[in-house]
Amino acid sequence: MTAGWTAEGGHGAVPTDGVPVEPAPGPVRADWPLWEVFLRGRRGLNHVHVGSLHAADAELALHHARDLYTRRNEAVSIWVVPAAAITASSPDERDPFFAPSGDKAYRHPTFYRLPEDVPHL
Amino acid sequence: MTAVTPTPADPVETGTLRDRFEETVARDRRVEPRDWMPEEYRRTLIRQVAQHAHSEIIGMQPEGAWITRAPSLRRKSILLAKVQDEAGHGLYLYAAAETLGADRADLTAKLLAGQQKYSSIFNYPTPSYADVGTIGWLVDGAAICNQVPLCRSSYGPYARAMVRICKEESFHQRQGYELLLTLMAGTDAQRAMVQESVDRFWWPALMMFGPPDDRSPNSARSMAWGVKRHTNDELRQRFVDMTVPQAERLGVTLPDPELRWNAERGHHDFGAVDWAEFAEVVAGRGPCNAERLARRRAAHDEGAWVREAATAYAAGQAAAAAVSP
Repeated sequence: MTAGWTAEGGHGAVPTDGVPVEPAPGPVRADWPLWEVFLRGRRGLNHVHVGSLHAADAELALHHARDLYTRRNEAVSIWVVPAAAITASSPDERDPFFAPSGDKAYRHPTFYRLPEDVPHL
Repeated sequence: MTAVTPTPADPVETGTLRDRFEETVARDRRVEPRDWMPEEYRRTLIRQVAQHAHSEIIGMQPEGAWITRAPSLRRKSILLAKVQDEAGHGLYLYAAAETLGADRADLTAKLLAGQQKYSSIFNYPTPSYADVGTIGWLVDGAAICNQVPLCRSSYGPYARAMVRICKEESFHQRQGYELLLTLMAGTDAQRAMVQESVDRFWWPALMMFGPPDDRSPNSARSMAWGVKRHTNDELRQRFVDMTVPQAERLGVTLPDPELRWNAERGHHDFGAVDWAEFAEVVAGRGPCNAERLARRRAAHDEGAWVREAATAYAAGQAAAAAVSP
């Protein structure tokens, strides 16, 4: 009976057969809304996305973000954004949406071949 | 790479999408949340990440019991921080599972219903304070062996969560070993306490890597997909080789008469794991299975009013803001 067990997660063997993963049909009690968390590691850096969490409102989301993502001084500033408020481009990196920059090599400095003896360029 | 069995029940599947997915994984690049992915890949990851999260959450209990009994403020502060980290690890992982379309409340319900499991290591009791040290050293040590390769998981959000977790696990293992070193420098009774604890946890720690490879049929596909990077037996061997010199330095004996260095293999040989015991524990007949789930259910039920109050307060604030702009 050990056949369907694998150490696939972090803390050791868990079953891999017969484990349901799809949400149960019928009404599941709604969890708190989802928030995306962005941290500024130190002054002079941009805020960077680090993960998400659930919280009832923005103020609690900030407190949870502090407890969850900055236990070791990872941030001097936190942004929390309702996940539902984010508008994203298509996930396809080959999407034609990005095509306009694909054929414009002349926007990069390496496009230009210059003589070796020109200084400071 | 190994071919992946197509899922017939996958209507959107087209050759192009699957080819791109296969190419991404084959080139060791990351799959991101909104990418097309085979349904079986998504389901495998939800199962893996959710049960990993459950393990972190249940994993708070064995050591958490010692917080009020820690022998000094220093030890208590360390243990509190460690148990808080385990909660954090669980939450990073639930968030990663949600990027695959899972729902955290639903995953919690599946844990409480016993449909999804957690690692069997947490079904062993912690009757001795030395167990706090042994869990940090052996259990978290074994977890690190499992987790470091997962930082390169093909699924981006899981890999990124694992990077954070691994940084924090290092503290867990070191505090455990330091606790044991301190006890070993104490009285004979304290040294005996450490040995007794190591005797109990050594074999369960080896079981953490799962059944031998020839009895782990799902590993091959997970490795092809880059969601598992080394086989159960490879990780178990690595753990034994890392731990033996640490045990020697500590001055404890690992309870395996067959444990010895094999110069030919360049690895330690070790005795056979009692898979019958493993089967008993994972079947729910371990020492603490019922206790762990009952405690988790109670905590969930006792926290219901907090969740409801925060929701009601947020709704009230939103309503007030709508009335007086």
